[in-house]
Amino acid sequence: MKHLKAFGAFWYDFIVGDDWHVAALVVIGLAVTALLAHAAKVNAWWLLPVVAVAALVWSLHRATDYRK
Amino acid sequence: MILTVFVACVVESIEALTIVLATGITREWRSTFQGMAAALVALAVITAAIGPAIGTLPLTPLRLVVGALLAIFGLQWLRKAVLRATGYKALHDEASAYLREVAAAEAATKEAKRGVTDWYSFTLAFKGVLLEGLEVVFIVITFGDNQKNIGAAVIGAAAAVILVTITGILVKAPLTKVPENWMKFAVGVMLTSFGTFWGAEGAGVAWPGNDAALLVLVPVMALVGAACIFWLRSRKLTAASPAKQSEVVGS
Repeated sequence: MKHLKAFGAFWYDFIVGDDWHVAALVVIGLAVTALLAHAAKVNAWWLLPVVAVAALVWSLHRATDYRK
Repeated sequence: MILTVFVACVVESIEALTIVLATGITREWRSTFQGMAAALVALAVITAAIGPAIGTLPLTPLRLVVGALLAIFGLQWLRKAVLRATGYKALHDEASAYLREVAAAEAATKEAKRGVTDWYSFTLAFKGVLLEGLEVVFIVITFGDNQKNIGAAVIGAAAAVILVTITGILVKAPLTKVPENWMKFAVGVMLTSFGTFWGAEGAGVAWPGNDAALLVLVPVMALVGAACIFWLRSRKLTAASPAKQSEVVGS
């Protein structure tokens, strides 16, 4: 069990890293892009770059906010 | 593509080299090399097992998953590089990392185990090379499979590892003069751009100009990263000035 936990923690840290919000936003962005492309037939190529930039800025803001 | 893999692998190889040098010089080279060799074999097995298996998957779902992973990975690299460039996070200093490893290696006791004369050196070198190497494997496989050119990605990675190893042998010290953080920034930009491009394609969108969209996406991500550095530097200056700080908080 201990080894399984350590294995899981390693992969979490390897892929998700310091801020899980970034990973969550990218996954949500991809899901919405897929939904728009397949269900609404909207070619939302611009959505993921916007989400990536927003995720970076938001994560940096959270990490450096001196008022926290 | 090769350049991205090459730069990413240089960064990871330098970090692995620091651990190997600290262990080998402080304790003993034989067990360190055994640990390093065992890690390289493990990495080769992982690459040989996962690489071709991923290559057999259909391209669209592969791009969706790989794109998501690369974008997440790239954003984490970019975030870290921006925080280090602006002083919010300590720079990854190979010299101090080396000294820390040396101190730990000197303090550890020597123990022979499973045919290895110094188990500490073996495990430290094994872990260091395996962990840094896994990032290299991840980048090689994702870039190689997506571009259907895993050979070129392997050449880029191998060139980086050979270059860093030869330099390390010649210098016999951690490579402190390499602008590691700026290389990390560049790799972060590339991984995020390629991840976003492939991820969106996998989700079903068609990019305007197809692959040429990357020629816009990469500079835009680089500009965003640079703008973030500028923003955080001025934010730090504002926070350092009490008069300005109260003005900002009060506004």
